[in-house]
Amino acid sequence: MKRRNFLKACLIGGATITLGKTNKGWASGSFEGYPDAMGVLVDTTRCIGCRSCEAACNKEQGLPEPDTSFDDKSVFEEPRRPTAKAYTVVNEYEKKAPGGPVYRKMQCNHCNEPACLTSCFVNAYTKTKEGAVIYNSKVCVGCRNCMIACPFNVPGYDYESVTNPIVKKCILCYDTRLKVGRPPACVDICPQEALTFGHRADLIKMAHERIRATPDRYYDHVYGEKEVGGTSWLYLARTDFEKVGFDTTLNNEPIISNVKEFLGMVPMVLSIWPALFSGIHLLSKKEQHDEEGHDTESTQEDR
Amino acid sequence: MPSYKHLIFGALILGAISVSYPAAAPCAPVPDSVTLNQSGKQFKPFSFNHAKHIQLIRECSDCHHHTTGTLVLDPNCARCHQNSSATAVVSCKGCHSATPFSPETIAAKAAQKQSYHLDMMGLKGAMHHNCIGCHSKRGAGPVGCQDCHPRSKQGDAFYSAARKGAKPAHAKEH
Repeated sequence: MKRRNFLKACLIGGATITLGKTNKGWASGSFEGYPDAMGVLVDTTRCIGCRSCEAACNKEQGLPEPDTSFDDKSVFEEPRRPTAKAYTVVNEYEKKAPGGPVYRKMQCNHCNEPACLTSCFVNAYTKTKEGAVIYNSKVCVGCRNCMIACPFNVPGYDYESVTNPIVKKCILCYDTRLKVGRPPACVDICPQEALTFGHRADLIKMAHERIRATPDRYYDHVYGEKEVGGTSWLYLARTDFEKVGFDTTLNNEPIISNVKEFLGMVPMVLSIWPALFSGIHLLSKKEQHDEEGHDTESTQEDR
Repeated sequence: MPSYKHLIFGALILGAISVSYPAAAPCAPVPDSVTLNQSGKQFKPFSFNHAKHIQLIRECSDCHHHTTGTLVLDPNCARCHQNSSATAVVSCKGCHSATPFSPETIAAKAAQKQSYHLDMMGLKGAMHHNCIGCHSKRGAGPVGCQDCHPRSKQGDAFYSAARKGAKPAHAKEH
């Protein structure tokens, strides 16, 4: 076989394999979560803002002592977000509403298709079959792409350790509880049962049933059922979710769909382009050489 | 960590009722006083004055909803329970599980998917909703945590009570 034919065959073969794979990736449908994944339904109409969940999380996860007591209601003056020292926070909304203020617990929502996982190039994140999105600090290189990718602004960065800074967020008490089927610490402590633990699929039915049975109590939407492809944490509220601190601009498409096409191109560009261009380069050189020399017949073929 | 597990366990059976009713008695004795939160660790057990509540309210079904006293009135419940009679067990824990989210309870729920009452509150939630709900509606009776059950030393540590009044700087962190 002539060298140029060999190169041609390599190029065509390589392109077919790579493109074939990529197309399959593009065509794959959305992942709707593991069938037995667990979740938590947060009924914000039941929450009284006692912050017990924050205390339970702090003790269960061995987090540093808080800046102020968990009894302190002055923290509600400003909206907070989860940090490396507090994986969950409760915020107060609608402070002057006739029905009283609305409290909303925030933590990692444990997406079905987590953007943090997608954005992580060292695979530090894992979506477990129980539904938790967990994080492996051993492989994390501290790039903080996950913090930018998260549509809910959840992961916190622990700057305390200079040598090994790590990303920290709620892991649904995976190591200590979820793995053995027990509910997370926040669910166990909640005095109002504002948090309901169960199979995600059952919780969705339960949430819609609560809306159906008491329509005056709820705004007709289950936040997290469809947002960004669905999350393990689901929410019910009495008003439009926008008014109680939820981002209602998020699409139902998982974040990965926005970057799937681009990410699908990366292997093609990285693997094909070098071979393609060096091939073209070699061929053109060869052609020049041929034109100068003898083998005119096959040069015409090439054209 | 073991002490914390106890705390959680205690919290779960918060509101466990001390009086045990004879199993098949047609008419259970009505207790004057019930010790609630018996195994509470963060919050101490306390005595609930049942007799006083009977005097004040007079209608058993206000708290014991459809199990005793005036039976079903709620139109939503009446669809099925119009002709239901009073139940043998009327204590809260008779129906409301002390461990509503344990693997066993969740497995049991999964086994009876047809059941209408799958979304039944656990014991702790049911008692808090029942007591605080009524107290706030009537504008009478305690509604604060420690108004009913004073907090233990363990509970103070759990809620980092010693740090009360320290700078609330959460909002500035990232």
